[in-house]
Amino acid sequence: MTLLEVKDLAVQFDTAEGVVRAVRGVDFTVEAGRTLGIVGESGSGKSVTSLAVMGLHRGAEVTGSVRFQGTELIGAPEETVRQLRGRRMAMVFQDALTSLHPYFTIGDQIAEAHQTHFGTGRKAALARAVEVLGDVGIPEPARRAGEYPHQFSGGMRQRAMIALALSCEPDLIIADEPTTALDVTVQAQVLELLMKIQQDRGLGIIMITHDLGVIARVADEVLVMYGGSAAEQAPAETLFSTPRHPYTRGLLDSLPRLDAADGDPLLAIPGSPPSLLAPPAGCAFHPRCGLYAAAPEAVRAACTGERPPLRLVAEDHRTACLLDSPSEGRITHQEVTA
Amino acid sequence: MTAPLLTVQDLGMTFPGANGAFRRHAGVRAVDGVSFDVRPGETLGLVGESGCGKSTTGRMLVRLLDPTAGRVGFHGRDITRIGQRELRPLRSKLQMIFQDPFASLNPRQTVQQIISAPLRAQGAAPKEIAAEVRDLIRLVGLAPEHLERYPHQFSGGQAQRIGIARALATRPELVVADEPVSALDVSIQAQIVGLMERLQRELGVAYVFIAHDLAVVRHISHRVAVMYLGRIVEIGDKREVYESPAHPYTKALLSAVPLPDPLAERRRERIVLLGDPPSPANPPSGCTFHPRCPKAQQICRTEAPLLRITSAGTARQAACHFPEA
Repeated sequence: MTLLEVKDLAVQFDTAEGVVRAVRGVDFTVEAGRTLGIVGESGSGKSVTSLAVMGLHRGAEVTGSVRFQGTELIGAPEETVRQLRGRRMAMVFQDALTSLHPYFTIGDQIAEAHQTHFGTGRKAALARAVEVLGDVGIPEPARRAGEYPHQFSGGMRQRAMIALALSCEPDLIIADEPTTALDVTVQAQVLELLMKIQQDRGLGIIMITHDLGVIARVADEVLVMYGGSAAEQAPAETLFSTPRHPYTRGLLDSLPRLDAADGDPLLAIPGSPPSLLAPPAGCAFHPRCGLYAAAPEAVRAACTGERPPLRLVAEDHRTACLLDSPSEGRITHQEVTA
Repeated sequence: MTAPLLTVQDLGMTFPGANGAFRRHAGVRAVDGVSFDVRPGETLGLVGESGCGKSTTGRMLVRLLDPTAGRVGFHGRDITRIGQRELRPLRSKLQMIFQDPFASLNPRQTVQQIISAPLRAQGAAPKEIAAEVRDLIRLVGLAPEHLERYPHQFSGGQAQRIGIARALATRPELVVADEPVSALDVSIQAQIVGLMERLQRELGVAYVFIAHDLAVVRHISHRVAVMYLGRIVEIGDKREVYESPAHPYTKALLSAVPLPDPLAERRRERIVLLGDPPSPANPPSGCTFHPRCPKAQQICRTEAPLLRITSAGTARQAACHFPEA
């Protein structure tokens, strides 16, 4: 069952330095019980995408379509979105310490969400808070519910955030770098927890991260973003076994791997991610692209002309590159100075 | 075997506790009994989770912090307690690269001023400095025209290159790099790791590379030390530590790192540790890892294991009563 259907989503902000086009036309769907991984570097638009889906994009101009369980959210009255947000779709943020209120106990904060959406009494809501804290593996939940965020360790706080998200039994959870601030042994616990909850309740999850390892562990489908657009979209296995976009391939080749043979060189992508204020013309990746650098002049013109559209290259596999071919091996990326 | 460049023996750091009117806080033992050598031109990786004491150790190596126990020897000479006057000539041989390139570069100085500062501090002639700085900026992959700019005009990766140029200005023999790539985007990390590797080949500089990212450490290091709660729990050649870890913590840590390969991920045996790393202010008794260790026995709760060679024919040491290998 399709939970979320996003079509041609675009988000832009007016800033003192000009218009920032943070997201420029992204499409994706999330099915119940499945995980969509959105991966990208800073400024790729991955977090803004999730905020726009949740209707948390203050002051930004959002266009396109976001349909959640059949309800169109773009342009919908604030009240409609408010009723869904936290209830049918919930968010888990990276930094639990700033996302939780320091003056209220963990139990109070979870209970508040439940009271707001279900109109339950305070007592019942607090009981529910203790129940979900137990569900996410917090020991002695009844006692811990009475504690404040600073009394929790980093891993426990992130569990509490997940409990808060789960308290109203949502159908979709958007997790934005939920494990980035955590140590790797604690990250493993939190990812395990999210996957178990998904199995038990058939939740749809959007996992936003810069970590391709996390994507490989949890995602069923993957959206790779670069400069505000989708560079590549594919089922996780396909993406990692036969990446097509030169950015995806470059990213995988530049990653040091625990399971790599010693002495495998890292092939870095030169240059830096583009500025969203003044993105490069055409394909946002072309100034760093090895295929572009090696291409004949006539072909290059296409890369700098229009933004390449996503096109289907295999079943469920889309890539936004004009030069891509299913070739094996590594691309040597070279910076092209204009 | 060449003589070690750096010899660290029983290094310890206890941060003093505060004595209030009603409560007395004991000190926090951030680093406890840490010993290792670094040979010329090699990279020793120092890995561990937050609070394990890896950064504190790094700072003590270059005397940004004065250790409360143990000694640091540089070329056989004890530098732990020498005064600033004696330390100054040594500073040129012992440098540091920091995690946040922007926080560690003065925003009001030009790149020229930043990179030349260590040379000026060492009393080099202005003419020499100008030529040297131009060489350095090229060495780290930037151009001389960048010298007149200010830090905010650079991206994170470029700023880190400037930090590296500054660290290398005095031709150090050892550079302590504390999480030098963890603030950078993935595609930029490989650039900086590659640069550091090239500079090591060209200049013969040794690194102590401190990081929480086990994959990066595996890539750049020759030897690796794994720290947990202020102590080294395993140290040895990279291959031994990564391919047949002896300490259950090393094993769990390695198995917790997600691999960028969904098929391998599904097949993998994963050891999920319970709980969080404990606070160094209140460490568990005996082996500090025992509350999270899947193999803990009675002896682990009472007796702290010593670092020792666990399998014949290797130099790898682990601090465990029941090592894996």
